[in-house]
Amino acid sequence: MTTKYETVIGLEVHVQLNTDSKIFCGCSTEFGKEPNENTCPVCLGLPGTLPVLNKKVVDYAIMAGLALNCDIAEYSKFDRKNYFYPDLPKAYQISQFDLPIAENGEIEIETEAGLFNIGVTRVHLEEDAGKLIHEGSIDKSKGSLVDYNRTGVPLIEIVSEPDMRTPAQAKAYLTELKMIMEYLDISDCNMEEGSLRCDANVSLRPVGQEEFGIKAELKNMNSFSAVEKGLEYEVKRQQELLDEGKKVVQETRTWDESLNKTISMRGKEEAHDYRYFPEPDLVPLEIDAAWKEEMGKEIPELPREKYKRFISELGLPEYDAGVLTGDKDLAVFFEEVLSDYDDPKNLSNWMMGEFLRLLNENGQAPFESGVSPINLAKMLKMIDQDIISGKIAKKVFEKMYNSGSDPETIVEEEGLKQISDEDELENIVDGIIADNPDAVEDVQNGKDRAIGFLVGQVMKETRGKANPGLVNQMLRDKLMD
Amino acid sequence: MNIYDLTIHELKEKISAGELTPGEIKKAFADRINDVEDKVKSYITVTYELAEAQLKDYENKKEKMLAGIPIAVKDNMSTDGIKTSCASKMLENYKPPYNATVVEKLNEAGAVILGKTNMDEFAMGSSTENSAFFVTHNPWNLNHAPGGSSGGSAAAVAAGECAAALGSDTGGSIRQPASYCGVVGLKPTYGMVSRYGLVAFASSLDQIGPITKDVEDSAILMNVIAGHDPQDSTSIAGKKEDYTKYLKEDVSGMKIGIPEEYFNLEFDEEVKASVLAAVEKLKEVGAEVETVHMTDASYALAAYYVIAPAEASSNLARYDGVRYGLRSEHASDVNEMFTNTRHEGFGEEVKRRIMIGTYALSSGYYDAYYLKAQKVRTLIKDDFDRIFNDFDLILTPTAPSTAIELESKSDPLEMYHTDIFTVPVNIAGVPAMSVPCGFDSSEMPIGLQLIGPHFGEGKIIQAAYTLEKLLNINEKRAEL
Ligand SMILES: [Zn+2]
Repeated sequence: MTTKYETVIGLEVHVQLNTDSKIFCGCSTEFGKEPNENTCPVCLGLPGTLPVLNKKVVDYAIMAGLALNCDIAEYSKFDRKNYFYPDLPKAYQISQFDLPIAENGEIEIETEAGLFNIGVTRVHLEEDAGKLIHEGSIDKSKGSLVDYNRTGVPLIEIVSEPDMRTPAQAKAYLTELKMIMEYLDISDCNMEEGSLRCDANVSLRPVGQEEFGIKAELKNMNSFSAVEKGLEYEVKRQQELLDEGKKVVQETRTWDESLNKTISMRGKEEAHDYRYFPEPDLVPLEIDAAWKEEMGKEIPELPREKYKRFISELGLPEYDAGVLTGDKDLAVFFEEVLSDYDDPKNLSNWMMGEFLRLLNENGQAPFESGVSPINLAKMLKMIDQDIISGKIAKKVFEKMYNSGSDPETIVEEEGLKQISDEDELENIVDGIIADNPDAVEDVQNGKDRAIGFLVGQVMKETRGKANPGLVNQMLRDKLMD
Repeated sequence: MNIYDLTIHELKEKISAGELTPGEIKKAFADRINDVEDKVKSYITVTYELAEAQLKDYENKKEKMLAGIPIAVKDNMSTDGIKTSCASKMLENYKPPYNATVVEKLNEAGAVILGKTNMDEFAMGSSTENSAFFVTHNPWNLNHAPGGSSGGSAAAVAAGECAAALGSDTGGSIRQPASYCGVVGLKPTYGMVSRYGLVAFASSLDQIGPITKDVEDSAILMNVIAGHDPQDSTSIAGKKEDYTKYLKEDVSGMKIGIPEEYFNLEFDEEVKASVLAAVEKLKEVGAEVETVHMTDASYALAAYYVIAPAEASSNLARYDGVRYGLRSEHASDVNEMFTNTRHEGFGEEVKRRIMIGTYALSSGYYDAYYLKAQKVRTLIKDDFDRIFNDFDLILTPTAPSTAIELESKSDPLEMYHTDIFTVPVNIAGVPAMSVPCGFDSSEMPIGLQLIGPHFGEGKIIQAAYTLEKLLNINEKRAEL
């Protein structure tokens, strides 16, 4: 007999902040440098060195806290989390234990099943560790190399409430977090590069039971799809155990992408005792109302608000609003065009069509192409004013994309201006009529479709420049009277 | 008087009068080291190359406060390219790539650094017998310990192996050896002197301070090393003063509290008599001395031996053999490397404190030990604050006895007890100085401790200077 279970998921998300320098020293945080190039006595934890808090890091954490609707702590402090590992040069990580910088937040997410509010328990600051390079596992490899470039790169850990009930919700929550961080411009949020990392706590309980089931902690899910797949696997695994009358054990499991399954890493007994205690080398962090307010002003319109506004105020379909707000730069670009152009839906079509196609083909971000918002607005207006046809516009757009020129120049230089002058078209239309007696006859016999053929021939003759509406009208006038 | 017996201010006078050159001074001290170092063994490393380089720069620094003055530095303060061992096998060959802020300040002030002095391993101990390398001898009697943990610095000053030295004080490590060696030792207010580059023992208690032949030198050295350092978040801005302005023979109206609970403890009668005699002298020149009541110092000692080891267990965790220092050659995997490196590299006392500290921070024990100790710490701070509402200074003995004989205390608890008068000061974060006040019947020096409120260094210096002039024993030197 299969019992009905409810899944309970909570996520712990680490977000690398994109400050120029590290959290406790002046070293650069730039990615991709030579190993150990971005290090100094402080981040190497040399004897006698002391941490000095980077204010920018606190600024960013306050912004994150506010954006997640948290209370910002007036008084918070740093603590040491003690454990031995070769990538941790002080053998402790400076983190925050009982007084995190932000608490009690929530965000709204949307899945196919509807809208949900997910609680954010806390946001705390900490320093990243280095990276080990070895063959296989550290236990079996002959030797290991350590790169401390990442040591001391600032992180915030965002801990959710156990509010998610499906892997899809977890994925939507993670996506929403990523978008918020991107809108705040405080992180690159690249899961593959490790600037966004996600661990999950998963448990099952019989439907209607209040008490949580025994949870497994899931690690090493290095992409959005890995998060969803890992969670789905884990839910199924626990369900099967429970169905068989077995017990779920409290443990840490790792997602193995190649095997497509979760594997036990360590049990409850092997869990670390981190021996947290207040970091004596740093003074407590006090955040007054003025600082909080100042950071509040730095927060732009967030993705959910923008999404809702695009629908309610611009009349965009939900799908369009979702695509456009799903990428901050795309949304910003969209709005910049709209300041010069007033047909949101037409613009949306162009952006989701031609623009996204070319961006994807070239692997570029919205502001990296040759198309500027002003030029796109100009081009759309040229279509609306019948200066160019929609078809020609695609050519013009591609040239804008590649060259960065403005559409007027392109149309001028390439002679792409739409021909809307009847005198200019007269000879061409007459020529086409003369050359296509069969089609002419069809038209005259009432086969309306043949008109399209003739228009097409004129378009071909003019290399697309003829105003198709005008050509259509002229043909009708000439053949149907 | 021999050149090596002179104080900083005396040497400065001779230099400016053209009677001595920095080169002659350096040579006199180097000769002295040559003559007595075999007996005293103050230095782990002598740094004559650095000293020569600093002498060469003398012309550019001659207006500075310590121009041409030979100074010794405890071997737990980082010196760029020069071994900084903390008297531990773990760091036997460790050369930092940077200077501690205090070392930078000495450089900047024109000092000539003669060497790095012996200490208890990682500053854990009260006799310098915990050095992994060798024992330092008390210049007043070579069979006695110099005290600790800054025993090398105190012995070097007392033996004329330097004009003055820097020590570090976590629970008495400047004051107690100063007392044992008959010199002046000041532990400044927590945060007055940058800890950047001081190899941490217990971060919330550690302070660097001067060990000098007299009070005036203490004030001069404080002028050099005190002040805010942006590299140390716990260092304090805006409180530094010109300490030499307190070099005044005047204690009239100064209110000095004598804590009855401290004097009621069982300790050496000769020490007690000497300290109380000094109190009488201060009274005679107008100090208002009164008995005060304070929390039993043994609570402070108990709190100290939880807090200091707890922080130490974390501070010393970085010595794992991965990046620098000792790495065990007997290991087949990374965990064995950690374990064996630490097993081989640390001495017994260091291991004992790491174990105590780890235990105190462990889940299930944290509240009963670490948290309780922090509460006691708050009470002790309040206790000092309360006294300092009404008093300028508190006066106690520095140590319960004169210098102990070498190898006389094998029980660690007995050794811990030698810090009973000094530990509460670190717990409260206030400043205190040990000043010589006499000698016992074996001609061993006795020190008394003047404790001031936060940033009360000036008052301490003023009272100590007055006392020094009254007692007139500061020119007496150990005979070697
Ligand atoms: Zn660094």
